[in-house]
Amino acid sequence: MSCELTRTVLHGYLDGELDATGAAEFERHLESCRECATALGAEESLRSLLQRSGLYENAPVALRKKIRADLDAATASSAARGIPAWRWLAAAAALLIVATVSWFAWPRVQNSAASAPFTAAEIIDAHVRSLQPGHLTDVASTDQHTVKPWFDGKLAFAPPVKDYADEGFPLVGGRLDVLAGQNVAALVYSRRKHLINVFVLPTKEADTPIHPPGARQGYQWVHWRHQGMEYCAISDVSASDLHELAQLIYQ
Amino acid sequence: MSGSDQEKGADVLDAQDRARFEQLVLPHLDAAFNLARWLLRSRADSEDVAQEAMLRAYRFFRGFHGGDARAWLLQIVRNTCYTWLEKNRPVELMTEFDEELHPQPSTSPEALAIAGDNRERLTRALETLPPRFREVLVLRELEGCSYKEIAAITAIPIGTVMSALARARQRLQRALTHASPQEASREL
Repeated sequence: MSCELTRTVLHGYLDGELDATGAAEFERHLESCRECATALGAEESLRSLLQRSGLYENAPVALRKKIRADLDAATASSAARGIPAWRWLAAAAALLIVATVSWFAWPRVQNSAASAPFTAAEIIDAHVRSLQPGHLTDVASTDQHTVKPWFDGKLAFAPPVKDYADEGFPLVGGRLDVLAGQNVAALVYSRRKHLINVFVLPTKEADTPIHPPGARQGYQWVHWRHQGMEYCAISDVSASDLHELAQLIYQ
Repeated sequence: MSGSDQEKGADVLDAQDRARFEQLVLPHLDAAFNLARWLLRSRADSEDVAQEAMLRAYRFFRGFHGGDARAWLLQIVRNTCYTWLEKNRPVELMTEFDEELHPQPSTSPEALAIAGDNRERLTRALETLPPRFREVLVLRELEGCSYKEIAAITAIPIGTVMSALARARQRLQRALTHASPQEASREL
């Protein structure tokens, strides 16, 4: 008498949860089963009543505010809310000490507020990596007219390349490197038996003079910006030698 | 997993968690409130329970490993609602869910449309259903959840979501059409 499907498959069909074959089968069944056809009509009617009667109740604005306050209270960084001003000052002072200590422990490449886009550690790593066998140069040549064109098409900028053999800094070659996720040109010079890496990458920042050298782990580096390029020279040569090369490049 | 066990495992959350929670979970606050409202049948209680559920969700947010944030939140809301009902209205939860579904002549679509064409009457009919019927209807018809989501939220096996909905719909039709004659006459 009553069709079993009205209490089962019909609902899957109504809810769009049957697969294509199941839905097609049920549609064929609907053509011959009056009971299912009526029941489906009733269910569709019920659904449209439920959906257009405005039964959905949105969260009140006040609840939203209360929840945000709860979340603030449960979040670590905002645990200090409502604390007196002197505590804030103490916290700020503590923060300043931490920041200062970190600054010396992990310096940016230069000691100014407009710091370089890479850390001293990254520069040192890149320099040490280049000293591994076979890593120093992609193009080994003392001729600037060989090294400079080699970069064409490999970078989105053209690094200035010059040989300073007459001044005691012969060009060794060049290679591509990556510093802090950025492609950079690395120019290699030698000073007596020491090697100097000069990393060059474009910048939008204003020119700076050659900053006082930084030193760590036996390496020295100097950093400056000139005509839209950021430079960082690093080596184990003396700071004065490094500064001398930097001045040559700067001119 | 009992509530107290969960509380013990709560994480300390930072600004990054907060931002992620705002982005993924907080947008479903309306869904959370709506489900609580229909399970508890009271706006005031729902505000409290939705607030509690949201804070609980936040505390255990690190346990959420992506996927359906709405279903994840609604599962917590539902559990919080049932805990609240057990404590405050235990009788309401004693209705059997697996009652026999008796074959009954289908109501005609027209009769149903007339019987339910009134928000108040529809609300009352829905509220007379046991919570377990009410929730599948609210999730399906108001929240638009799939069977898979309903299964995840209510802990009903996915294979029985369809029959749970069938029973809930039959109960609602009965509540509407049985209540309507008196209602209608009183309104006249």
